[in-house]
Amino acid sequence: MWESLKEFASWFFVTGDPLIYGAMVSIALTMVAIVFVLTKYKKWGWLWREWLTTVDHKRIGIMYLIASLLMLFRGGVDALLMRVQLAFPNLEFLHSDHYNAIFTTHGTIMILFMAMPMMFGLFNMVVPLQLGARDVAYPFLNAVSFWLFMFGAMLFNLSFVIGGSPDAGWLSYPPLSQNDFSPGPGQNFWIWGIQISGIGSLATGINFIVTILKMRAPGMKLMKMPMFSWSVFSSCVMIILAFPILTVTIALLYLDRFAGAHFFTMDGGGNPMMYLNLIWMWGHPEVYIVVVPAFGIFSEVVATFAKKKLFGYTSMVAAVMGIAILSFFTWAHHFFTMGTSANVIAFFAITTMLIAIPTGVKIFNWLFTMYRGKISFKQPMMWTIAFIPCFVVGGATGVMLSVAPADYQYHNSYFLIAHFHQVLIGGVVFGYLAGIYYWWPKLFGFKLDEKLGAWGFWLWNIGFYVCFMPQYALGFMGMTRRYYTYGWDLGWEPLNLVSTVGAFLMGAGFVFQVWQITYSIKHGERDTTGDPWNGRTLEWSIPSPAPFYNFAVVPQVKELDDFWRVKEEKANGTYKEEPVHLEPIHMPKNSGLPFIMSVCWFIAGFGFVWEWTWMAVIGMVGVALVMWARSFQYDTDYYVPVDEVRRTEASLGRVY
Amino acid sequence: MSGGKWPRRLQLAVLAALASIMLAGCGSDYVVLNPKGPVAQTQYDLIMISIILCSIIIIPVIALTAFIVYRYRDTPNNKATYKPNWAHSTKLEVIWWSIPIVIIAILGYFTVRDTYALKENPNKEVQPMVIQVTSLDWKWLFTYPEQNIATVNYLQIPAGVPVQFQISAEAPMNSFWVPELGGQIYAMAGMTTELYLQADHPGEFQGRGANFTGEGFAHMQFNVKATSQDEFDQWVKEVKGTTPAMSKEDYEQLRKPGLSEVLTYSSFPEGLFEEIVSKYSHGHPMETGGSMHDSMHMDGDKKESAPGSEAGEKKDESAHSTHHMPNTAMTPVMSH
Amino acid sequence: MQQVANNHEHGHAHDHEHGHEDHEQLKVLGFWIFLVTDCILFGSLFATYAVLMHSYAGGPTGKELFELPGVIASTFILLTSSFTSGLAILAMNKGKVKELIGWLVVTALLGLSFIGLEISEFTHLVHEGATMSTSAFWSAFFTLVGTHGVHVSVGLFWMVAIMMQLRRRGLTPVTRRKVTTLSLYWHFLDVVWIFLFTVVYLMGVM
Repeated sequence: MWESLKEFASWFFVTGDPLIYGAMVSIALTMVAIVFVLTKYKKWGWLWREWLTTVDHKRIGIMYLIASLLMLFRGGVDALLMRVQLAFPNLEFLHSDHYNAIFTTHGTIMILFMAMPMMFGLFNMVVPLQLGARDVAYPFLNAVSFWLFMFGAMLFNLSFVIGGSPDAGWLSYPPLSQNDFSPGPGQNFWIWGIQISGIGSLATGINFIVTILKMRAPGMKLMKMPMFSWSVFSSCVMIILAFPILTVTIALLYLDRFAGAHFFTMDGGGNPMMYLNLIWMWGHPEVYIVVVPAFGIFSEVVATFAKKKLFGYTSMVAAVMGIAILSFFTWAHHFFTMGTSANVIAFFAITTMLIAIPTGVKIFNWLFTMYRGKISFKQPMMWTIAFIPCFVVGGATGVMLSVAPADYQYHNSYFLIAHFHQVLIGGVVFGYLAGIYYWWPKLFGFKLDEKLGAWGFWLWNIGFYVCFMPQYALGFMGMTRRYYTYGWDLGWEPLNLVSTVGAFLMGAGFVFQVWQITYSIKHGERDTTGDPWNGRTLEWSIPSPAPFYNFAVVPQVKELDDFWRVKEEKANGTYKEEPVHLEPIHMPKNSGLPFIMSVCWFIAGFGFVWEWTWMAVIGMVGVALVMWARSFQYDTDYYVPVDEVRRTEASLGRVY
Repeated sequence: MSGGKWPRRLQLAVLAALASIMLAGCGSDYVVLNPKGPVAQTQYDLIMISIILCSIIIIPVIALTAFIVYRYRDTPNNKATYKPNWAHSTKLEVIWWSIPIVIIAILGYFTVRDTYALKENPNKEVQPMVIQVTSLDWKWLFTYPEQNIATVNYLQIPAGVPVQFQISAEAPMNSFWVPELGGQIYAMAGMTTELYLQADHPGEFQGRGANFTGEGFAHMQFNVKATSQDEFDQWVKEVKGTTPAMSKEDYEQLRKPGLSEVLTYSSFPEGLFEEIVSKYSHGHPMETGGSMHDSMHMDGDKKESAPGSEAGEKKDESAHSTHHMPNTAMTPVMSH
Repeated sequence: MQQVANNHEHGHAHDHEHGHEDHEQLKVLGFWIFLVTDCILFGSLFATYAVLMHSYAGGPTGKELFELPGVIASTFILLTSSFTSGLAILAMNKGKVKELIGWLVVTALLGLSFIGLEISEFTHLVHEGATMSTSAFWSAFFTLVGTHGVHVSVGLFWMVAIMMQLRRRGLTPVTRRKVTTLSLYWHFLDVVWIFLFTVVYLMGVM
């Protein structure tokens, strides 16, 4: 009995590496600490009532943000481990299989479990406020999305200590990701972690499309909608069109592994190259899904801090929607080197280049928003200004990569690595950070400290160039991605060392940001006005932090940047005060079902990962029961009485 | 924060970094920028054209950013114009919709031209020599059908002669890359891809696998030695005279996951490469660049009995003739 | 768009029923978008099937094993069930709950027999030696047809839930919306089946 238990444990748990034992111990200790604190301060009820069952988009946004920062930490540690291994030739810090697992989890986590939730966090924190709405279209579904993401991410991260991490690259190309070459549960963790959170992403896409189409404040025509909301709309359209392809693709991969199907196998008539096509039909739109909302953030930030109307609003709208369409016609540029016919290659090379046009137009429009403005260099603006040169260079190297015959020389080299990190860090990360700094006071009621933020900013920026500029050069030196080691004879060592130093500078930048957040909770400048940046859009018209129903009175919109108009009219005395009439507010009730359902998905996912059918069945039955129960729930919303609204508003300093 | 100086300093640093990389590009370690054959030369020229065209955008935009950020900073003494409602100018917008369009059009022209050019023999005057490349876990097998010799993790070619590489795999997908001679192409099981490369002069070059294949991937590097035709013939003779023949069993050993040293064989089993390709091409139409290796389609359960059998090939060819457009298997979703 | 904006202007809070209806309309729109995503899901599976439809790998072909009479029967059954779900909507519009439930029962029974036929077809195929792991073609076949079957089965459970709610609560804006979305879903599955029947079975035996 004892022996068989021991055998099970050695197969079930990841063993053999001190790093992993360390992680196991720290995970266990953290869990114990959390349980202890929650019990000691009697916070279990609070946790359940206020957070786990919430359907408030702002709280869901905050939970997304916290989760994404944790994932940024894990993905960042992965990155630093890789950079240490590559700092010198022939280093034996990590073994090949361990290194392979680390770059796989780094890529997967950064795109799917860091960028996506940070983006959804921003959607949730901002869009309803910007539209003058009291919540998203489907608050319950919104909570389902979050918890599916959360449990998908947990399932994926569990592979670090149980069963073994996936190690076939972040997109798990078959045949490498098939049973023959990647036996064991690692790949299954990859599949089910993504699958479960992917269902949540799909639901978020639907949710925000309907929110944007139907929940805008009266008078806000589509062409009077703030640019960030437009970018969210563009992103969500891409989500609903791209994510079903991902769902199908990885489900088929799982069928290959679990049921012995032959979709992407080498034998039995399978076609691994079909996987490449399918995964990139999702994968390419995916990068635009994450970058377009960043464009929206820059548009808001630039206008606010240049104190000037956004230049070329119509062009900007056309550009984000154009990018959404074009993004579906470029997928094959990820494998120009597959030996396809010249016609196909030429087509995809040209469509890829076309994307540069709307993107370039956006850059010019941001520049000319600043032109003849009055620029103040607050943190959100700093990140935006840093973004422009970084993204211009990253975009240009993207155009270089789209030159198909030249791509044969860049493909899978560090030139490519440098390019996509430059657009993803320079575009997505800088953008989301700008957004977080910008909207932080609205969510939490205080600003993040400028001085610590400046440290974070400069370390990130300098670190970025020190890390990735050498990688372009390494690409020209023929260094291939995913090498866990290299020899002395290639001349790669100086630039690799420099790159590692840069990575640690960025890591230090992140540490400063964590410090900044913890410091600012106590000492950050409080926002008592609700409008700390002299903002232009509706979210700044309500108190910070926003009350749970957002708007005591639904605003009447007349113009783009409507709050700016109101402020101007008040300043020059033309503002007509309309009689305010408070009414009971219709709000959704909290529900524990999204959480419970996601737990069931987690159980099912864990069963699928280990190919324990009984467990998968139990989990799926649980999911079905929760859905059944929800279908019979009719008492799902309530009205907030006028008195309560009046009291809440008074406590926030607004008298009605 | 000390006004607008910092962002500009940052951009200067970026420019300096970029410039140093470009200058350093002359060093011989920069294999991509040191073309040693016509294919790599074409690609080098394209890289340079694209860098120049991109610089036409990058440099003015970065300069403009620095200027605007400095000029319109919000400080008490700044007398720059402030027009908070100036947000539209058709003239300006037309200009910056057109700039990228023009640049893309120019770049697109060169791209399309060379995409077609590189599909063909780069040196029309000389008959190309054929070398078959197989990616295994984790080593490269090169078979020379015209010389009937084979090597592992080592490639020798005559200088001045275009080589047509026919590339496949019996392992996860890899990518065959000799940067100084030209760009890479995937090595995929059940398919043959084609790549022309030529070394203009004798020399030694690095070759490597560029697509991740698992544990031993980083060790899939090989040397490419280009010699004069005479020396090459001499080497072939030597190999034939001094090294062992490769048997079926030898190949089965090689195929097993693991690393390998440089090996040479005086011969290899006839039709080995074709057999490797056909083993995984059954059941779906096979893509190649349209060479003579088309359609080694065989029924899976018969694969042991008749590898390379003429009759079997003929029959299957006719059965699948309708799927014989190139690229059927490459971009499956598009062609159906 | 304008419509909704106007509704808001009139102040929805006072008119509870009205606010509800607004909300239910919102859910129908969301369901349409869900159907778009489901369309893409099936589109991807069809594309996969199209790529692999000749990859028999020495195993049996569709032509050898498909039995059209059974498939034509299930097509007929599913088409009829789509018609009866339409009749259910008509009954709902006339406000007749009993008739509505009756037609839903008929629809569900037809759906159930469709599933029964599909199960017996799959059993037959497995018996003949065509399984998920026989060849790429059969993997694609079972996945495509099976995914449709799973959709129909989910629809059946949903239908039962809605019938129970109709009995308990009668016709309210909420139950009306549920019947509407269910019937959208059911028609959608019917359309998918028509494509499936054409691409998989008809083209398979030709």
